[in-house]
Amino acid sequence: MLRAEEVAVAFDGVPALAGAELAVGEGETVAVLGPSGSGKSTLLRVFAGLVRPDAGRVLLGARDLAGVPAHRRGIGLVFQDGALFPHRDVERNVAFGLRVAGVASEVRRGRVAEVLALVGLAGFERRSVSTLSGGEQQRVALARALAPDPRVLLLDEPLGSLDGPRRTRLLADLGELFTRLRLTAVYVTHDIGEAFALGDRVAVMREGRVVQCAAPDELWARPADAWTARFLGMTNMREEGGRSLLVRPEAVLVSPGAGATVLAAERRGAIVTLRLRLDGGEELEAVTTRIDHPRAGERVAVELDPAGIVELGRPVEPND
Amino acid sequence: MDRHRAALSAAVALPVGFFALFFVYPLAAILHRGLSGSELPLDVLTSRRTLDVLWFTLWQAAVSTALTLALGLPLAWALARFRFRGRALAQALVVVPFVLPTVVVASAFLALLPEGLERGLPAILAAHVFFNIAVVVRIVGGFWAGIDPRLWEAAATLGAGPAARLREVTLPVLGPALAAAGALAFLFSFSSFGAVLILGGPGRATLETEIYNQAARAFDLRAAAALSLLQLACIFALLAVTGRLERRLGGPRRLAAERDLLRRPRGRERLLLTGVLGAGAIGLGLPLAALVERSLATPAGYGLAFYRALGEETPALLVEPWRAAVNSLVFAALATALALVVGGLVAWVAARPRAVWVDRLAMLPLGVSAVMLGFGFVIAFDDPPLEFRRSAWLIPVAQALVAAPFVVRIVAPALRSIDERLREAAAVLGASPARVWREVDLPLALRALGVAAGFAFAISLGEFGATVFIARSDRPTVPVAIFRFLSRPGALNAGEAAALSVVLMAMTAVAVLAADRIAVRRGTL
Repeated sequence: MLRAEEVAVAFDGVPALAGAELAVGEGETVAVLGPSGSGKSTLLRVFAGLVRPDAGRVLLGARDLAGVPAHRRGIGLVFQDGALFPHRDVERNVAFGLRVAGVASEVRRGRVAEVLALVGLAGFERRSVSTLSGGEQQRVALARALAPDPRVLLLDEPLGSLDGPRRTRLLADLGELFTRLRLTAVYVTHDIGEAFALGDRVAVMREGRVVQCAAPDELWARPADAWTARFLGMTNMREEGGRSLLVRPEAVLVSPGAGATVLAAERRGAIVTLRLRLDGGEELEAVTTRIDHPRAGERVAVELDPAGIVELGRPVEPND
Repeated sequence: MDRHRAALSAAVALPVGFFALFFVYPLAAILHRGLSGSELPLDVLTSRRTLDVLWFTLWQAAVSTALTLALGLPLAWALARFRFRGRALAQALVVVPFVLPTVVVASAFLALLPEGLERGLPAILAAHVFFNIAVVVRIVGGFWAGIDPRLWEAAATLGAGPAARLREVTLPVLGPALAAAGALAFLFSFSSFGAVLILGGPGRATLETEIYNQAARAFDLRAAAALSLLQLACIFALLAVTGRLERRLGGPRRLAAERDLLRRPRGRERLLLTGVLGAGAIGLGLPLAALVERSLATPAGYGLAFYRALGEETPALLVEPWRAAVNSLVFAALATALALVVGGLVAWVAARPRAVWVDRLAMLPLGVSAVMLGFGFVIAFDDPPLEFRRSAWLIPVAQALVAAPFVVRIVAPALRSIDERLREAAAVLGASPARVWREVDLPLALRALGVAAGFAFAISLGEFGATVFIARSDRPTVPVAIFRFLSRPGALNAGEAAALSVVLMAMTAVAVLAADRIAVRRGTL
């Protein structure tokens, strides 16, 4: 459906994208995950037509988008903190794309009400955008992008400026909306939880390239390389005979005995993370759900489940 | 060809053509007249008369500046440090003299000062202080209000009393603001025209009035051109100094500007504050009150006779005086429209990234005095094919040139502050570049355009220096008509001048208030 091939962009000689590849299937949500400066927002702006690539191609369906300006692409974009038009009320913000497309005003009104209901803001038409909370502004921005029925919806860290329960609520609503509307969407974020919650597949970006694009379980099971594993929060890496091995923390089995010392035990919700130091000096992380887990300072025996040891290698090609 | 690029080229070409024809060309004509000819105008520049005029211009500006600073500082202190009822109103009123036409201020001081003192040095100095006190209050006061009070607290804990704190903390910290305000007041007093022409009397001339005298009274165009060159050199030197001093402002102002540092006056401060504000109200209000009084004080007691006389023929003008008001309104409206189009386009181009130099260029007419502009028009547009020095439309063109820099100054920042992502959002939603401009840029800049329109209108209404050169006797503007009345003796002429001045003051006030309301309602400026 939407595809970037070998896209390269540099700003004042500094590369932002260096041969980025990404393919998004019809009705699929791809979360683009990466640290700041990895080029994920630039990739989104290339898709939208706001940044012209120095090299490479962007295809929508079979059509090459080179030379197609942003306003003729039919691709919607939700900006990080909304970018709502301050001089228009909610209805006139949401109706903007329809009006530009020349949709008749009665049809417009109906469509605005429809998308506002969709994002949970039914009846907000007359509100001034400056009176809305951050979460409501993001919902209006989403409604505005959805109203013209774009072929692809792009979202640039839409939850970036929110926090706490608002963020959780909107995240859940977005997931439900994506599934219900079968949207083709690209969701840029630096938050692993968001990416895993929303993406049918997650594309991990680093230094202007997509290093791996896979379903969340696959990504978690087989990170492409050590950097990706570490970025995803995995710390148990070891080198053995020239190979990089990852030991999944749930594969580190702990029982009373000797061979290692518990350095720290930290509970987060149902899961307890244990930091262990083997007598050989190596540090490992283990997770458990037990209430009577070992405490800091206790001696334990450590066993590794071979099924949880993954060999890291070259990036896994996107399975499209 | 990219349509967007074509539009941009047109947006650049129109103001460039306008400034080239009506600004650069007249200046070039002055240069040509002054520098070519049979010999260099050294005789004019080194004559006793010129040196006297230059010397007087300099020292009256210096004295005006010193007086303005001395009298403005207490007001700046009162308005910058304390919270009291009517503070916002007081702040707004202090600026009123600055936007009043020079001719109105001059005739106000003629009405106020006792016989024998009403023309001459004291009157000139008084008018300059009256004008420029707003500059000191706004610049120094704005800076003062931003000083972190902990500086004084620290000084106090180290043993500094009130006088020591003023000497050791306040004045040094205010230094850059005092320098910048002083430089501006000096520049304005140096290039003051209307006030000196009317209040100076026969013996007192500054460079500006001398240019006018040579060109319009002695018809020595070569001398006028030579003096213009001297004036131009002085003004550019002054502008360079002012610009440098203004750039030094900044740091401390931002430091604490967001915090509300105003407090209620305590103890003896209350008395001092009352005294300062009272003196300010009298000093700034009395001339205007005297003007209104003079316009009503007919030989047969108070009445509207002078206003009624504005409808009748007079030997001072070729037309009934009320027609001057109509002329002024029409010219000012045309000038405003022109200034908005030209200034708006310049602002649009200047607001684009990497185009800051554009609004620097657009500021140039500010540096060249209106008198020089008028004089330039007279000699530049005197021969075919550009022979239109007697065309009425030249007046709004001149006024628009004077007003356009202000339009750029108001509109460009507004355009620059528009979030680029709004334009992107509109584009992504399907709006073409032209549509983005219409749907995003224009509505968001509209309030700034409204404010700019008000100021452009007020400036055009009061414009005197250029207009006095090119206004024909049968089509005077109000400032020109006031000047003609004031040049003639007699109580009736003085009364009609006062009445017309009151009318002009009212028209200006309406324009500025309308602009101010737009600014306040939309919460900007």
